[in-house]
Amino acid sequence: MAVCVAVIAKENYPLYIRSIPTENELKFHYMVHTSLDVVDEKISAMGKALVDQRELYLGLLYPTEDYKVYGYVTNSKVKFVMVVDSSNTALRDNEIRSMFRKLHNSYTDVMCNPFYNPGDRIQSSPPIDTDVTLGHHQDFIKKHSRAHIPHLLLGVPCIPRRGPRGAPCSQQPRRLRGDPSQALPMAPSLSHDAVSRFILGPRAFDSMVTSMMVQVC
Amino acid sequence: MADAALFEFLHTEMVAELWAHHSDPGPGGQKMSLSVLEGMGFRVGQALGESPTASAWPKRLPLSPRLPQETLAFREELDVLKFLCKDLWVAVFQKQMDSLRTNHQGTYVLQDNSFPLLIRMASGLQYLEEAPKFLAFTCGLLRGTLSTLGIKSLVTASVASLPTCKFQVVIQKT
Repeated sequence: MAVCVAVIAKENYPLYIRSIPTENELKFHYMVHTSLDVVDEKISAMGKALVDQRELYLGLLYPTEDYKVYGYVTNSKVKFVMVVDSSNTALRDNEIRSMFRKLHNSYTDVMCNPFYNPGDRIQSSPPIDTDVTLGHHQDFIKKHSRAHIPHLLLGVPCIPRRGPRGAPCSQQPRRLRGDPSQALPMAPSLSHDAVSRFILGPRAFDSMVTSMMVQVC
Repeated sequence: MADAALFEFLHTEMVAELWAHHSDPGPGGQKMSLSVLEGMGFRVGQALGESPTASAWPKRLPLSPRLPQETLAFREELDVLKFLCKDLWVAVFQKQMDSLRTNHQGTYVLQDNSFPLLIRMASGLQYLEEAPKFLAFTCGLLRGTLSTLGIKSLVTASVASLPTCKFQVVIQKT
């Protein structure tokens, strides 16, 4: 389970940084900041070597006693840094790679969002009710607008459940007591709808990061 | 196939729309419209410069917002320009650039012998004066992609006879 995910711009300022709120966030911010040096070192070292192919995935940057830090660089020198709990030994390299790939795809989606100016902070917030009618997407957005992030981050166990139309769907969070909204499918299914991805840009990014943090091994 | 035609129609309408509302018909107003078009192309190019994983490419539609890129093989500028000529051109116009020349001092000339946005207009010298406005968006596209990949540049286009056109890329050393 990832405890902190950060997207750093080319000029080394954070575009997006998110960690599990139960912990001291400053510690993770500091870790990400120090890991930038290691990232720069890896990039320049690879550049000098006569290696034809430099991989986007940088691998383990450095381990500490409690956490491991992984890095990834895109072609546009945007860095992704992920801090993972060391106690979770089941996480293999391939899984980290696939998490980074998903992050990269979501970041590309954010870039394609016309309302996003490159270089801004990536902001995810529930959309405010506006006069703009989005057709049938209005209901879609209303349904998902309440941030279910607190439930997901607490690691509520996911029970495989049948969806509303009886079709088997991926794990759904169990409804907490007192939660007025319905149980929703996990975030990755949000991004499969190409149009909603276009409209929801940064929000799908946020929910994708959330799903990464509570990945059930 | 239909995707390419959609973009061509949209582009034609974009140019027509910007030229229709010309409050200042002199050269000043024209420059404004050209830079608006170029700015649009720049933003699109910035988004196109982000690359996906190679595995995503074969499954997607031709006009998806992503380009194939397996690894970070840009060791020098020439590699970046080759990427523009091959992968970017194929993704946007479904064909490769026909020739790339350089003077090895930061200037590159990309030549397309049958540029898709001009090919429907004429073949020869007809409409030569109108052609530059149809190239502004593409100049911006090239500049935007280069800027995401970390290269500051200046892109201009010239037409000798439709539909052949040349894009000149001058790398700005900072």
